[in-house]
Amino acid sequence: MERLTPQAIIDSFVEELGDGFFAGSVYEREVAVKKNKFRSLWVEVKKGAFRHAVEHICRLQKYPHLAIISSSDLGAEVELIYHFTIYYGHHLEELSLGLRVKLPKSDLKIPTITDLIPGALFTERETQEMMGVEVVGIPDKRRLFLPEDFPEGVYPWRKDEKGPPNDMLRVLPGREQK
Amino acid sequence: MIQEETKKATYTIPVGPIHPALKEPIRLALSVDGEEIVDVDIFAGQVHRGIEWLGMNRNNPVQSIYLAERICGICNICHPFAFVMAVEHAAGITPPPRAEYIRTITAEMERIHSHLLWAGVAAHEIGFDTVFYLAWRVREEIMDLIEYVTGNRITKAMFQIGGVRRDITEEQFPRIRQSLDYYKSIFDQLKRVFLDDRTIRMRTKNVGVLKREDALKLLTVGPSARASGVPKDVRQDQPYAAYADLDIKAMTPDMVTGTVVGDVYDRIIVRLLEVKQAIEIIEQCLEKMPPGPILAQPKTAVLLKTLTQVEGEGIGRAEAPRGEVIHYVRMEAGQSTLATWKVRAPTYVNLMSVPTILKGMQIADVPITFASLDPCMSCTNRVVVTDRAIGRRSVMDYEELHRLSVEKTKELPR
Repeated sequence: MERLTPQAIIDSFVEELGDGFFAGSVYEREVAVKKNKFRSLWVEVKKGAFRHAVEHICRLQKYPHLAIISSSDLGAEVELIYHFTIYYGHHLEELSLGLRVKLPKSDLKIPTITDLIPGALFTERETQEMMGVEVVGIPDKRRLFLPEDFPEGVYPWRKDEKGPPNDMLRVLPGREQK
Repeated sequence: MIQEETKKATYTIPVGPIHPALKEPIRLALSVDGEEIVDVDIFAGQVHRGIEWLGMNRNNPVQSIYLAERICGICNICHPFAFVMAVEHAAGITPPPRAEYIRTITAEMERIHSHLLWAGVAAHEIGFDTVFYLAWRVREEIMDLIEYVTGNRITKAMFQIGGVRRDITEEQFPRIRQSLDYYKSIFDQLKRVFLDDRTIRMRTKNVGVLKREDALKLLTVGPSARASGVPKDVRQDQPYAAYADLDIKAMTPDMVTGTVVGDVYDRIIVRLLEVKQAIEIIEQCLEKMPPGPILAQPKTAVLLKTLTQVEGEGIGRAEAPRGEVIHYVRMEAGQSTLATWKVRAPTYVNLMSVPTILKGMQIADVPITFASLDPCMSCTNRVVVTDRAIGRRSVMDYEELHRLSVEKTKELPR
């Protein structure tokens, strides 16, 4: 398959997603003595275009590698970044692609991508239990890391009232409660 | 209904969380039909320590380097490596080239020790303890070298945002070369022991096969993926630090056997080749190491002040002995802690291939097959532990265990 340049990839997202595309940027950094480039791409899409964007990535690279989904609590919304890598297996060719999507806290739902990338299951389960984002259509709804008796409705990564309350946190001897 | 009946015929064997065949806590539920494994379910989360949460709520970024180092005792270079790269990416700090070389040297030393450690464990899992002793005795040489270079066998505290904390000087080169020469002199012997021995071949060939397609679908990384014929290696694909100056090639088993099977034997081959590759990389780094400073900002207080003003995000990717480690950080101006910190250790994704590779195997093959992925539970489970769930005790804390232990001692018949 033909390998596109970072800018051409962003253009292909614009063309493919139309209104669903929100923003895109290319980051480059020179490394060590020979100054080879470390390149990463950041693409932000609207919530409705998310599945379409993942399908597009699957066309750019058969079996894209999804490293992890990172999630941040931004106050009014939750930001998910799907960290993909594409064009792996070749010297200096690989690109990191962060697919960003923001969800309003009133509607924390994202469709599953396990049908496209089966290995996404663990990270989707983790996002569900830690951030309280409902992954619609996930084949395995169970918790991944949290114990079964961890209270429902408490999400450790959240920074609002749904985060762990103070009485759940143990303060080490000699330290003060933040 | 017929399907129901077949389901009833299987029997579930729980293995773990603490089990002699597994070196670290994880629970596997094996559904077996006679001796054959038909399904596997994984329960992780037994060693959660809330590391990311601490980085987001308590520690400043420099403190988090040392916390990252403690994510895993074996990979105590690759986690801080990926972490400092992520912070440097977010803050726009460029480490001096000499620091990049020192980082690479320490990372490759870690690879040698980790692969030899694994080789010993794998031999032990099949009951071949002579080889286990051999591998671990041979490993002591690199541990001594690591101690000589960094001052410590584990948790070396070499990394700092924008460089490294200790230099490797010209006077140290002969001692480093001496250890590398030692490994080169015994490499053929190690290769013979691990690849030609009849017992090892019988226990590892065509055992725990992970097909290329499955490895790609299940996002397998590291030696496990390379053994299945996926030439994926961050050092080759998207080189960081001094790897960008060297021509690294991902090791695949066909370099030795001519074919890719994706079994445990192939995973041994890949790890052996990588030990040799690591030696070559360290040698090249010693040769090419540029002079200059080792830190972009030697004053930690100034560095911390800069970091509190940073607004941005970054990723750091490093090839750990077990596969790719990726750290994502997000920093907000005016905040002394990280806004978001996400760590992905290789075992996190490699665990997903466990059901695939165990299906159809016999129960007796579970230890070696599971160990062949070189799983590292403490890396995978690091997210959140709450010591006391509301109203009742969910996890026993140290004090409670200690109290029970004291009570038991008291109750012993005198």
